[in-house]
Amino acid sequence: MGYTLDFSVVWHAMPALLWGCVGTLGLALAGMTLAMVIGVVGVAARDSKAVWLRAIVIGFVEIVRNTPFLVQIFFLFFALPLIGLKLNPTATAIIALGVNGGAYAIEIIRGGVQSIHKGQVEAGYALGLHKGQVFRFIVLKPALRAIYPSLTGQFIMLTLTSSICSAVSAYELTSVAQRIESDTFRSFEVYFSVTFLYLAISWLLMLGFAVISHRFFSYPTR
Amino acid sequence: MTPHFGLPEFGFLLRGLQWTVLLTLVAFAGGCTAGLAVALLRTCGHKGVEWITRIYIGIFQGTPLLLQLFVVYYGLALTGLKLDAFVAVAIGFTVNASAFLGEIWRGAIQAVPRGQTEAAMALGLHYSSRMRDIVLPQAIRISLPATIGYLVQLIKGTSLAAIVGFIELARAGQIVSNQTFQPLLVFGVVGAMYFILCWPLSWWGSRMEARLALASQR
Repeated sequence: MGYTLDFSVVWHAMPALLWGCVGTLGLALAGMTLAMVIGVVGVAARDSKAVWLRAIVIGFVEIVRNTPFLVQIFFLFFALPLIGLKLNPTATAIIALGVNGGAYAIEIIRGGVQSIHKGQVEAGYALGLHKGQVFRFIVLKPALRAIYPSLTGQFIMLTLTSSICSAVSAYELTSVAQRIESDTFRSFEVYFSVTFLYLAISWLLMLGFAVISHRFFSYPTR
Repeated sequence: MTPHFGLPEFGFLLRGLQWTVLLTLVAFAGGCTAGLAVALLRTCGHKGVEWITRIYIGIFQGTPLLLQLFVVYYGLALTGLKLDAFVAVAIGFTVNASAFLGEIWRGAIQAVPRGQTEAAMALGLHYSSRMRDIVLPQAIRISLPATIGYLVQLIKGTSLAAIVGFIELARAGQIVSNQTFQPLLVFGVVGAMYFILCWPLSWWGSRMEARLALASQR
């Protein structure tokens, strides 16, 4: 008893924690990029004519979405070296985040592609737009607009999920926090403060995404 | 001499699975109760109260579950209470569930057509009867797919209790993996156990979602 909270350790560790934030954002960004690649390739494979290819994609999506990320990252941590990929923890974490996010991206992007009605494209041609214009204004922009909220939401989810990568000691905010905790034994103070750093990150991301959405995806009013 | 992955190890994983299920059930039950309160406060019509619950939900949605667990776990330790690890993590997941279920049900309550509330008011029903007999029964129907979706999230989320040292399925997997040096087999089995738990729920949820979407088209 008689424990007094001491947040000064957090204040002293702030530079390291801010670098941890940068690490977290980098991890999330790299993971999301990989997720988008998997997403686009996955959607193409998901709607291909080859039944086995479709089955693989469906199986991949179901397995990833119905198992915990922690188990996925442990599995990859041991599986990747077996296929000759001897990677450091951070690279492993990026692959795990990409694989996990990719399964969700497949569903999101597929929804966007399906939201474009064939009649819209035909209407575009009927109005005399050429192929590039039809793709840009009738397919791409509305599809992006349709999936933008879920995709950016997914990005924030991925950023928060990346905290689990501390379990394989990848370089990011939570593992920095764990190191400071084991140096100072101020568990509560450190984790409490780091929680609010995460909150700041996700609020800044939300704000940024809202600005981008307003700038690029709002319907012209004039 | 290292043991191979055999029946005793499998039995150990099954006991871990039991704790995962128990932890999920306790947190879900607690989360449903507290979540209902959050949802009702979030839609009560009082500006200040709605704002506070909104921030409460926002904090849980905007921070990692792992960190929430750390804060509750170490925060409870600071209070001087000697709590069992199970109780501590169960409290952590319950608080998280209250925020997420509260937000899901907030949406469902607001999705019930306003005319229903207005008609109930016109009939002279007071708040508790209006909610219990008119709004909530319809809201529950609307919210069911998302609620099941959250239940799957919760089952997967309980794996994070492994990081604070509570022995549930994921932690049991780590222990067996360290003993047998067969990580791929062990984590494959652990993953399969989670999948068997989650997949039927996911399937049920998406089927119900499709049915509700069809019903609302008519």
